[in-house]
Amino acid sequence: MSAPAPSTTPDRTLALVPESVRTRRTAVAFDAGVLLRITRMAFAHPWRMALGLGCTLLAAVAQLVIPQLIGDAVDFAQGLLASAGDDAAARDALAHAAALILVTSIFRGLFTMMQNYQGEAVGQLIAYRLRLALYAKIQKLSFSYHDRVHTGDLMTRGILDIEGTKLWVSTGVQRSLLLSVLVGGGAWLMMSIDVLLGCLALSFVPFVALGASLARLRLRTLWYALQEELAVLTRVMEENLGGIRVVRAFVSQAFEMARFDVISRRALTIAHHRIDVFVKSTTTMTFAFFVSMGLVLWTGGEKVLADALTIGEFASFLAFMAILQMPVRQIAWTVNSVARTSTCGGRLFEVLDLEPEIRNRPDARDLDIREGVVRFENVSFRYRKEGKGPPVLRDVSFEVRPGRVTGIVGPPGSGKSTIAHLIPRYYDVDAGRVTIDGQDVRDVTLGSLRRRVSVVQQDPFLFTAAIDNNVNYGDPWAERSAVRRATEAAQLHKYVEHLPEGYETLVGERGVSLSGGQRQRLAIARSVLPASSVIVFDDSTAAVDAATERRIHEALADVTRDRAMIVIAHRLSSVMYADEILFLEEGRIVERGAHDVLVALGGHYAALYALQTRSNDGAEVEDGAGDEAPAG
Amino acid sequence: MKAAAPPSPTHGSPRAVVGSQVSFEEEMFGAAFDGRVVRRFWSFVTPHRRRLWIGVAAVLVFTLTQIAIPLVLRHAIDGALAVGGAGIEVLHWIVIAFFAVAALNYASNFTQELIVGRISGSLLFDLRRAMYAHLQHVSLSFMDKTEVGRLMSRLQGDVNALQEFLETSIFAIGDFVLLIGIITVLLFLDVRLGLLTLSVVPVLIVVRIVWLPPARRAFMRAREASSVVNGALAENVHGVRTIQEMGREAVNLDLFDDKAKDNLHAHLRASKFSSVMIPIVDTLTGIAMAIVIVVGGAMVLGQELGLGVMVAFLFYVQRFFDPIRSLTIQYSIMQRAMAAGQRIFEVLDVPVEVRDAPDAAPLPREARAIELDDVTFGYGPGRPVLRNVTLRVEPGETVALVGPTGSGKTSVTALVHRFYDVWNGAVRIGGHDVRNVRQSDLGAHVAMVLQEPFLFTGTVGDNIRYNKADATRGQVEAAARAVGAHDFIERLPEGYDTMLDQRGANLSLGQRQLLSFARALVADAPILVLDEATANVDSYTERRIQRALARLLEGRTAIVIAHRLATIREADRILVLRDGQLVEQGTHEDLIGLGGLYARLYRLNHASFDDFSAEDAVAAES
Ligand SMILES: Nc1ncnc2c1ncn2[C@@H]1O[C@H](COP(=O)(O)OP(=O)(O)O)[C@@H](O)[C@H]1O
Ligand SMILES: Nc1ncnc2c1ncn2[C@@H]1O[C@H](COP(=O)(O)OP(=O)(O)O)[C@@H](O)[C@H]1O
Ligand SMILES: [Mg+2]
Repeated sequence: MSAPAPSTTPDRTLALVPESVRTRRTAVAFDAGVLLRITRMAFAHPWRMALGLGCTLLAAVAQLVIPQLIGDAVDFAQGLLASAGDDAAARDALAHAAALILVTSIFRGLFTMMQNYQGEAVGQLIAYRLRLALYAKIQKLSFSYHDRVHTGDLMTRGILDIEGTKLWVSTGVQRSLLLSVLVGGGAWLMMSIDVLLGCLALSFVPFVALGASLARLRLRTLWYALQEELAVLTRVMEENLGGIRVVRAFVSQAFEMARFDVISRRALTIAHHRIDVFVKSTTTMTFAFFVSMGLVLWTGGEKVLADALTIGEFASFLAFMAILQMPVRQIAWTVNSVARTSTCGGRLFEVLDLEPEIRNRPDARDLDIREGVVRFENVSFRYRKEGKGPPVLRDVSFEVRPGRVTGIVGPPGSGKSTIAHLIPRYYDVDAGRVTIDGQDVRDVTLGSLRRRVSVVQQDPFLFTAAIDNNVNYGDPWAERSAVRRATEAAQLHKYVEHLPEGYETLVGERGVSLSGGQRQRLAIARSVLPASSVIVFDDSTAAVDAATERRIHEALADVTRDRAMIVIAHRLSSVMYADEILFLEEGRIVERGAHDVLVALGGHYAALYALQTRSNDGAEVEDGAGDEAPAG
Repeated sequence: MKAAAPPSPTHGSPRAVVGSQVSFEEEMFGAAFDGRVVRRFWSFVTPHRRRLWIGVAAVLVFTLTQIAIPLVLRHAIDGALAVGGAGIEVLHWIVIAFFAVAALNYASNFTQELIVGRISGSLLFDLRRAMYAHLQHVSLSFMDKTEVGRLMSRLQGDVNALQEFLETSIFAIGDFVLLIGIITVLLFLDVRLGLLTLSVVPVLIVVRIVWLPPARRAFMRAREASSVVNGALAENVHGVRTIQEMGREAVNLDLFDDKAKDNLHAHLRASKFSSVMIPIVDTLTGIAMAIVIVVGGAMVLGQELGLGVMVAFLFYVQRFFDPIRSLTIQYSIMQRAMAAGQRIFEVLDVPVEVRDAPDAAPLPREARAIELDDVTFGYGPGRPVLRNVTLRVEPGETVALVGPTGSGKTSVTALVHRFYDVWNGAVRIGGHDVRNVRQSDLGAHVAMVLQEPFLFTGTVGDNIRYNKADATRGQVEAAARAVGAHDFIERLPEGYDTMLDQRGANLSLGQRQLLSFARALVADAPILVLDEATANVDSYTERRIQRALARLLEGRTAIVIAHRLATIREADRILVLRDGQLVEQGTHEDLIGLGGLYARLYRLNHASFDDFSAEDAVAAES
């Protein structure tokens, strides 16, 4: 294990340590609201809740009866001892008491079992619903949300927070009820025997209640802080492992360890602190209990000696306290669960309550494709609405007709991919509009829109599943022959065929077992499979060689005959046959026209073309082209 | 392709899946005790040894006080209160004794909980750190074939299981002592009644033995179902854009629902198993109490037993089953911990193949020549990727490496940086075998721009600077300018201080590539390796980078892997790889004159010298 590198000063090490704690603190939901909401969810299963709570009550009653029975039995024995009287009757009385205790114990067990099971069942049902709701919500939240939120953060909510949220319904409610009944009922019973002794026996309760409430607040903040740190730690580890080649290339293991240690230590400090608070509060509560017991022993003993109390009553006081010991210890636990539930629930509901920015309008209709003409009309757009600086797209207008091809070229960051993102409405434009056959994409249903628009992404995400499942992703009902045709068109079929398991071969995590070019071809196959009307290739052949690319385009020719096609590329051979080429710079179309027109124009495009072909024309083009090109 | 119709859910079930189809390692049903795992685990505990013993001592004291309290009550009754008791004097002493025991109970309880909680917390972090640190150095071939998610589950889940194990084992000691203590006390108080009462214990043990195997299977099923559900959720989170793009929401939600339901049922079943024990234990407690009352009462009657003893028995009986219950749970925890431990130590045992030789020498800054001497290398045994490659890059020379995809270009650069060790032959820098120099020197000597740009969460500036913490703002800007990234960075909301989203999602791919390029420039190394560093950048930007590089590369040695002719022609020399062999080398003109593979590929595809697939190469040759 390497020591931090001497060259990394501490503050620099911190530079790449994400600090989410400060930035996301605000997201704490109000306690009672969250608990109420979860409790309401629990009562969506009314009979289970009723059964669970009913059994909790009965179990509590049984629990209360047992000390009394013990007291009675002790009194019988004591009475017998004192009077040395009628043997048979005494034995009968003892047997009777014993039978009662046995029956009560059995009932207590059965009721507790039911309480336990129903509580857990309701908790699991709620977890199930929350899990499904979260899954569905994640699917619906817009790209802009996912841009901002780290995947690890969503995973924490999906795993830890759901687990934490159900805690209150699965055990918290029942335990609180059990405890109140035990304390309340016990108080009444004991007070009716002896008021002073009853008060003493219960004297620990207010201390515990106070201590628990204070601890509860502390624990809640600490729990939250710990979760945040652990999320950061997870992120750092994930990035490190995902980017392990960068780490190795820069021999930055020491730097990475220093980064890890900073966060890890921060988390450990909080974890320790949490333990301290937790231990302090639980042990103090137990101690308070024993002090009460000692007082009962003292005062009760004196009363027994003064004949103001029977020894059986005294024993039942002690037995009652013994029975109360467990639930009292659990107060702290319940408090912890309440704290956890309200933070976890808060974090969860925060996501569940989000409205996706991109959603169907109330009056949205399905996209009705008559021709499939895509139009951009004076479109302006920026990703961060609050951001300063120029928009990413400014006043972009163009039209693609079915069966025609529009090429887009331009420097990195000029907005090419952004254009691709606006057609299927991954984001909403700020000004102007995007239409398909005259229908604004914001006025049609998302489902119908995205079914008709396919985008082959630059950096495709592949699922850890069979190749077949990956190709038919957009249409899982597709015939195998259709999958095969799509793969053939993408020039991948030959490769797949030669794999031992063919189309059933698993593609690894993010498709690692495929080369870059193969991944791109798989993405192409996936996108041409559904019968879309508009298809966009976003630099999706950068890792495919030019000859293969040409074959792909030839194979797609009859597929794309009546589709509108947009091709974004850096390699001009991919776009030079387009009907119109747009040259994009800083979000503006600075040149447009067919290849020949643009070359003749002698502007940006011509310079680019010259750069890529100069070797053909000999050395004289070489330098001229570079110099002519206007500075980007 | 088929007619334009939306996918209709009517004809049968979809051929679709959610969640990783690579199954995670099943939980091993192995031994509950694995000496090797425990010994290794113990080595992590030893730094905390002293505190641990204090903790164990506190657990013992705590247990003893728990045993003592009913005894004190017994004395209160028999010695002071019952018929023939000694009265108030003794009662006061007993009350004082009770408070003393309670105080001791408090102190030991506090100590045990605090120490055990803190040690097991620290241990969790220590274990995770050890594993993480090890992963920083294990061979890349291990990392290549291991999914990040799998490693993460070891770094989190498995480490947690071991932590839980430690925590519960220490308390298990207490439980064990409590059990023995109670038995001893019961027998000591009265052998006959003690034996009678204890007769329920074998019953409980038999019940547990019958119950345990199916229960454990149910618990395991529940945990498996959880990990399946969480895996599917992870896929949903990571692939959300594709899911929305392809309109798979409804299908996936359906499939997920199946898994979530399965998870629900598995958990409900597990919960049945854990609940069913409750009435059994309560019934046995009831029986034990009934025995105490009937038999004990009779004995009290016959003057054979003190009343206090009977009360004490009643108290003990109620505390009796807790330790048995926790001890059986401990068994399952232990079994799980052993499996987790095996997986953790499996990671820790992955050999670090590439490590500094004991006598590793520093690499002098003026070492610039790169030499591959008859190198054979592959990733998997029996499948060499490079075969007998011999090449030399002179100091200050820029060499272009070209060839079809999979011909081994990236592998050559990986060897120069000693990501892997060669099978045969040697890689030398400035005449020094890379196996004989320190890796940290090698890293400072060779800067790389990798094929896939990878950015970390952090600001733009920090990403360019990366581990070169002392790089000034000026150096960072100069690097950004050289790759033409300065302008767009300045336009970002906070310039160089703009936070990047996860993996730089708020930048375009080309921009990410430029940042990763700038990062290599800041490293200011004498040797530069560019692996398709400008594949997603337009030719014009690429050209600007080249111009800037021409100055930056002054005096530096460079290996450039690229597609485009313009880039390749800029190099001093071109090396052509094919099927892991160096087939041609020379200047552009030389190679054209040679009329070999390069010339043919060049003619076939004048605009860009791309990754030709093997068949193209064949086609070009024939
Ligand atoms: N998700 C995003 N959030 C914020 N900014 C973004 C996002 N995606 C791209 N950008 C910014 O928008 C601009 C255009 O990006 P893009 O359209 O991807 O460029 P390219 O022309 O290279 O495809 C870039 O400056 C980029 O930094
Ligand atoms: N990490 C790896 N593990 C196993 N095989 C690999 C790995 N990286 C590359 N390969 C294989 O080695 C061969 C050469 O790959 P590479 O050096 O990346 O070629 P190039 O850079 O020329 O495209 C290919 O067949 C590829 O599949
Ligand atoms: Mg490569």
